[in-house]
Order: sequence, then structure tokens, then C-alpha cells
Amino acid sequence: MKPVFTRPRSLADVSTHYCPGCTHGIVHRLIAEAIDELDIAERTIGVAPVGCAVLAYNYFNVDFQEAAHGRAPAVATGIKRALPDRVVFTYQGDGDLASIGTAEIVHAANRGEAITVIYVNNAIYGMTGGQMAPTTLAGQKTTTSPFGRDVEVCGYPIRMAELLATLVAPRYIARVAVNSPAHIQQAKRAIKRAFEVQVNDHGFALVEVLSTCPTNWGLPPKKALAWLEENMIPYYPLGEFKVPKEAE
Amino acid sequence: MSEKLLMKGNEALGEAAVRAGCRLYFAYPITPQSELPEYLSRRMPEVGGVFLQAESEVAAINMVYGASGAGARVMTSSSSPGISLKQEGLSYIAGAELPCVVVNMARGGPGLGSIQPSQSDYLQATKGGGHGDYRLIVLAPASVQEVVDLTILAFDLADKYRNPVMIMGDGLLGQMMEPVTFPDEVKKELPPKPWATTGWTKDRPKNIITSLELQPERLEEHNRHLQAKYAQIVREEIRWDEYLTGDAEVVVVAYGTVARIARSAVDAAREKGIKAGLFRPITLWPYPYDALGRLADAAKNFLTVEMNCGQMVEDVRLAVDGRRPVYFYGRSGGMVPTPEEVLAEIEKLA
Repeated sequence: MKPVFTRPRSLADVSTHYCPGCTHGIVHRLIAEAIDELDIAERTIGVAPVGCAVLAYNYFNVDFQEAAHGRAPAVATGIKRALPDRVVFTYQGDGDLASIGTAEIVHAANRGEAITVIYVNNAIYGMTGGQMAPTTLAGQKTTTSPFGRDVEVCGYPIRMAELLATLVAPRYIARVAVNSPAHIQQAKRAIKRAFEVQVNDHGFALVEVLSTCPTNWGLPPKKALAWLEENMIPYYPLGEFKVPKEAE
Repeated sequence: MSEKLLMKGNEALGEAAVRAGCRLYFAYPITPQSELPEYLSRRMPEVGGVFLQAESEVAAINMVYGASGAGARVMTSSSSPGISLKQEGLSYIAGAELPCVVVNMARGGPGLGSIQPSQSDYLQATKGGGHGDYRLIVLAPASVQEVVDLTILAFDLADKYRNPVMIMGDGLLGQMMEPVTFPDEVKKELPPKPWATTGWTKDRPKNIITSLELQPERLEEHNRHLQAKYAQIVREEIRWDEYLTGDAEVVVVAYGTVARIARSAVDAAREKGIKAGLFRPITLWPYPYDALGRLADAAKNFLTVEMNCGQMVEDVRLAVDGRRPVYFYGRSGGMVPTPEEVLAEIEKLA
């Protein structure tokens, strides 16, 4: 009997700590598949964030560094500059990348650091218990925006993919979602491409992945997937904002 | 290259780092240490190394974290306000046990303070600075030659103990020019770092660089391991210098450039028939408590001189342990004490 669906070699055979219905597991798998297909596991080094994915280093069969909150792009810069022939990727959430780590991501992108950034946007702080994130939608209720995000007070949710796409140096910037099989297929292609850009073009690549947080959104997993479709995608449009040929 | 060169402290430090095998340097401009990034921006490309101007001191110290975790000899530098910004990174680096060298060419504080020399970061460097139970090895050179020698030592100590090492200078030391000699031999063989994240080929356990340990039992175990390492550093790495302390009745205690000034004052006091001596800590952590305390057997009193409002004097009191009076004389805000001022203080105690 020929197996048609197996665990990627780069994905560790362990249980994760993620909540039921959380889509971090899907994103982890897509990254591991991309690493396997490109056959780069033995020269890949990951950088984990602070947030729900803080323990990501336990879930991949590659060397890993765990960074301070928001600093993963700077840590990845240090690794890549020390070992230019290795493949370096960061895995960051929206609090990590779009709030406390904005300086680090903007300048790593602006330098064109040859790293791959997987940016998981679920519009909320998950690990700390569902507080408002810079990506929280207008009117969205969280534990620190109990009456809904008031844009007059807190400003508007930040679109990092579009913001970073205004820079000259980045080679590939895309936004995908993991709320349906079709979107997951698109996400897989974008994540693989973000690694290919690093390996082949020695350029900066970022994929923003719209993701769910059933626990802190207060929704069952299936409804969370629908909520993402109905509320996040209209504000955070999917697509490729920068592809290699544009940068040349 | 064994001939004597005339160099600024900041530039000599950069050259010493290169000769110690440092090939990655990340920094952000700040007075009075900017000659160091300027020097290494020219020098690193000559030796195939990396100079990268980071977007902030915060980014620079985290680039150091990444490069050190990847097995490289790496350095960053700044001055007081920038060193404050690096404290988060230093705590993580100490927790993850990553070797690196951090230079503080200190200036007057608090806050934005001044750009003139100061020693007011002593407590930050030696007692913590960042969060958690950790220690930096802190080396305090008093001349440009000692800047060179201690910089090379710093990289070796960092690798030996997998611990961050701070070179604690001040604006004066960074800016002044003195003749220096560099060691001929360029170090190429670095100690093996089997723990580094260099890519996992399954020939060893997967390497993870982290300071996170969510289980309290295991974090306490990690802290015990760190404390055992620090105890070993205390046993093996204390360094100091003594000048005319054999019969000294007044022992002046000073480090770095202030020790140079104090030495002139000690000479002047001797000419006046006052039995003065100088005790100069070279490692600010670990501090030479025992060596200094032994002088309390014969000395009448101790005079601590610092370019701050009284920081190291707390360690001098611990060393002397109440057996003799400990006095303090300090200038702050970027003011540098003169030998005459220090002599006047010595004369009061003679």
C-alpha cells in the first residue's frame, strides 16, 4: 500500500500546545512541506516569536532560535549575516510583528535581508488572553476593547503586507488565508515561493497568513473560519503585493 | 604587526576585535563611541567580515543574539543611553548563554545626560541592568593598550563561559590617543560550538537557542546552572592591579581612566610623604573583594574616586566590611576629577 498523505519530515512528530481549531497547525504544516519539497531542512534555521508560537521550535525538525518579542527579524539578520548560505525564516504573530516589532520588520525588509517571514495575523493577542492587537478590526471586541475597537481612539487596523510592499528591496510579499481548502492551497504556494525567493534570488520575502483564534474570538472553529472569510478578508485582501520580477 | 601605532581608544578596540577573530559587528551611532563603528565599517570588509549599521540599539543587540547563536564571534558597542536599550537583549543573551562582547564607552546620565565621560553605569553593568538573575563579565581598561588586551581577552572569556562580556570604558578612553601594540598572531581557530544553530544534519541533537523555560522546576535548575557558572567565574577570573599599596595608609580605589588620575595623585601624595597607594579593579564583575579587603589589615582608610555620585563605593564597603572607614570622592555629569582634587582628598585622610 502506498501512503498518499504523511507527516512532512520537517514537522516534528509531537503534539502541539495550540488550542482546538487554531490554524497555527496548518501554517506549521505548510512551512514543513515547503522545506521538504525544496530539500533545505539541513540548512534551515527558524526563529520563533513571543506569542502563541513561542514554542514553534519544538514543532519543526530544524535548528531554531527563540527571539525576544518583536525582534525575530533582527535575530534572523544576525543568523543570515553569520551564515549566508543557510535558509533563515521567522514565524511571527501580529502582536509580535505589527506592534512591538515594527521597527525590526520594516528595516529587515528595507535592507532586503535574504530571509523568509511567515506572519500569522489573527487580529488578536492570543497567548496573553485575547487583548486588542494593531490588526484587530474596527468594532471588534477584545478583552482590552470590550466595547469594540474604537478607531477614533486606537486608529485603524494596520495592513502590514501593503505597507511593506511600498519598500524597494523586498522581493516577494503576499497575503493568504487558511480558512478553506482552496485558500490553504494558495497559502502553500505562497509560502513555498517565499522560501524559493530566499534560496534562488537571495531576497526578502514575507507571507501574511490570515488565521483564526477560536478561543479568543469566542467562536467554535467552523464559525471562526466563516468569520475570517466575512470580516477579515474584506479588510485584508488576499493576493501578491510584490513578486520578484517587479523588484528587478 | 608588532610596531607601535598611535590610535584612539575606540579605533584600537575595533582593531583588537578584528584580531580576536570577530567578523560580525552590529551597532548604531552614538557619541562618544562613533569612531568604533566608523573604523569597523572600513575594516570589516578588508577581512571578509560584516559591518552592519542597525536601525536601533535594540536591533543591534538582537542581531548579536542571532549571530552568536549561529556560532560567530560578534560584538556591538554603544554609550550609556544606547546601552540601556540593549538591556533586554543582554538578559536574553545571558539566559540563552550566548557569548558576545558589548562595549560601553560611557557618558554622563541619567537620561540623555551629556556626551562627556562618566562612570555612572557601574551599577547597571555589575548588578543587573536587565531582568532576571544574570551576570555580565565586566572589564575596565585604563589605557588604550589595555583596551586592546582586554578586548582580546573579552572574546576568549565570552566563548569560555558562554556569557556576554562588557568592556566598560568611558568617553575619555574612547577618544584619547595613545601608542598601542597589537599581537602579531591573528586568531583563526575558534573554540568549537556544538550548541550553535548551524543547520541540523541529524549528527547531533537539534539545537535550540532559547531563554524560555515554562516549567518552574526546570527554570530553577537552569538558574542553578547559571549560578554555578558565575561562581566559577568568581573563582577564576578576578583581575586587579595594585600600585604602592604595600605600606599604604590611604588606599585610593578607582578604575578605568579615573585610576590614571588617581595614580598621579598617589605619586603627588608620596612626594609629600603621605603613604598613599592605588587599588585598581580590572574586572568590575567579578569584583576583587578579597584582594581589596586584605589591604584593610594595614591601611588606615580607603578613598573611592569615581566619575559618578558613588556607585563602586558600595562594593568597596562590602570588601572592607566595616573594618576601616571608606570615603568617597566623585565628579559627575561629564566632569573629570583632576589629580589636584584627588590629592586634596588624600591629604584630608593622611
